[in-house]
Amino acid sequence: MFSLGFTRPQLIALAVMVAVIAIAPMAVYPVFMMKIMCFALFACAFNLLIGYVGLLSFGHAAYFGMGCYLSAYAAKHWGFPAEICVLLGGIVAAAMGAVFGAIAIKRQGIYFSMITLALAQFTYFLCTQMAFTGGEDGIQNVPRPFLLGFLSLSNDMAIYWMVAVVFLVGFLAIFRIIHSPFGQVLKAIRENEPRAISLGYRVDDYKLLAFVLSTFIAGAAGGMKSLVFGIASLSDVTWQASGQIVLTNLLGGMGTVFGPVVGAVIINTLEFYLSPFGSWVTITQGLIFVACVMVFRRGVIGELGARFKVAL
Amino acid sequence: MSEPILSTQGLTREFRGFVAVNGVDLQVMPGNIHALIGPNGAGKTTCFNLLTKFLAPTRGTIHFKGRDITGMKPADVARLGLVRSFQISAVFAHLTALENVRVALQRGRGASFDFWRSEEVLHNLDQRARELIEDVGLSEFVNTPAVQLSYGRKRALEIATTLALDPEMMLLDEPTAGMTHEDVERIVALIRRIRAGRTILMVEHNLSVVEGLCDAITVLTRGRVLAEGDYATVSRHPEVIEAYLGSEHV
Repeated sequence: MFSLGFTRPQLIALAVMVAVIAIAPMAVYPVFMMKIMCFALFACAFNLLIGYVGLLSFGHAAYFGMGCYLSAYAAKHWGFPAEICVLLGGIVAAAMGAVFGAIAIKRQGIYFSMITLALAQFTYFLCTQMAFTGGEDGIQNVPRPFLLGFLSLSNDMAIYWMVAVVFLVGFLAIFRIIHSPFGQVLKAIRENEPRAISLGYRVDDYKLLAFVLSTFIAGAAGGMKSLVFGIASLSDVTWQASGQIVLTNLLGGMGTVFGPVVGAVIINTLEFYLSPFGSWVTITQGLIFVACVMVFRRGVIGELGARFKVAL
Repeated sequence: MSEPILSTQGLTREFRGFVAVNGVDLQVMPGNIHALIGPNGAGKTTCFNLLTKFLAPTRGTIHFKGRDITGMKPADVARLGLVRSFQISAVFAHLTALENVRVALQRGRGASFDFWRSEEVLHNLDQRARELIEDVGLSEFVNTPAVQLSYGRKRALEIATTLALDPEMMLLDEPTAGMTHEDVERIVALIRRIRAGRTILMVEHNLSVVEGLCDAITVLTRGRVLAEGDYATVSRHPEVIEAYLGSEHV
């Protein structure tokens, strides 16, 4: 049912992606793959706003991080099953997104971005102060909860399949959203907001719903991440984390379906393999960012799509 | 005589001391094509923005179909049947011509918050969208992204999109500005065809277009109404000739 909206090249790309997810854990460290999938889903959620509504949320880590905290807390202190933890992360992030989004979409362009950044910094501050987040310590030693209450996830491969399923469901849900009647209106708003208004669309309502959907998915992605690593920490709510997801999208190709996923693969791979070199990670990322802006502005997937004249 | 479909009373808009529109009383009769003319900076576009609520008036009231719309939001004014076009052609650049028109037709479904449904439900609007596109002479460009259309065709597409809402009243902001001679003729013929059952208020610089097309004319200068009436009356008005055409025409 979902696949009906995919074009042929997209179906092939989807098949490749699913195949990689299925085969990769044989060759690559599964936890590393799971990290990529969490950040890829987060990047896709961000792309829903930047790529399809034209909204640059510069504080998306707030929702991802809040998802991390909620899910970790629910697993550690309430002993909730895994799927409820992830869902809870999404719901709380979406509730926060509804309030912050309603404030931010009153303004356009750079002002929208600045408000989202300010609200994210505000969230960061709260996270350093509130008791439930553990402040500087974060929430550590989170036990892996059971899936549906009885399936153990303590084995890395067990939780791997859960993460893979949630990632794919989230990915397909975003694809559906951008190819729905709602998505058509979003694209119209992206292309020409005053015109959409003049056709009788209350654009703020559409933007807010998109914002809430995006923050829900971002929160769920965060919720998965803290279950995988057994920790929720301040680093997931920093502005650097928000910036990284912008970079991920830019690199992969914003406004493309597969771009954010490719971006997440590149960014996390660099981080993983360059980590022994310390600050070289940041320098390399910076250089790539510069190269991206100067040479391939549409991102990897965007450039590929333009080269072969297909929408990926 | 019937009631005006759109009227303003003392409509005023100030920008930090500069009065762009100053006490304008405008009355547009149903079924008319009404032109708003005047030199650059006369306040025509500001007037349009006020009428469609893209700007809030400093003073004055606006009535549409007997209803006070002064405090309404732009999207809600559009829903009442008062739909505008823009001076700079307003198309959805990276959507195809068909999608452009369909976005407007989609309004007929009510709000489109159904993010879980496939866009295939919109295909039942395709037929109507094609008819509208054919109506403005763009049938061969149905699947062309709007950004690739020529300027004149973008304007035509914009009109098709506006028509998709089947509005009772259309506000056209310089529909022929920057067009080639053939394009102008095409648009004028189009406006003639679509006027049935509608009221049109248009800003227009091209006086020959106004002469052949419009039933009533309001001349603005420096934010004020200088003259009103049909083309014959207005074009003989000495102050209009002075202000609009330049003194050498007197």
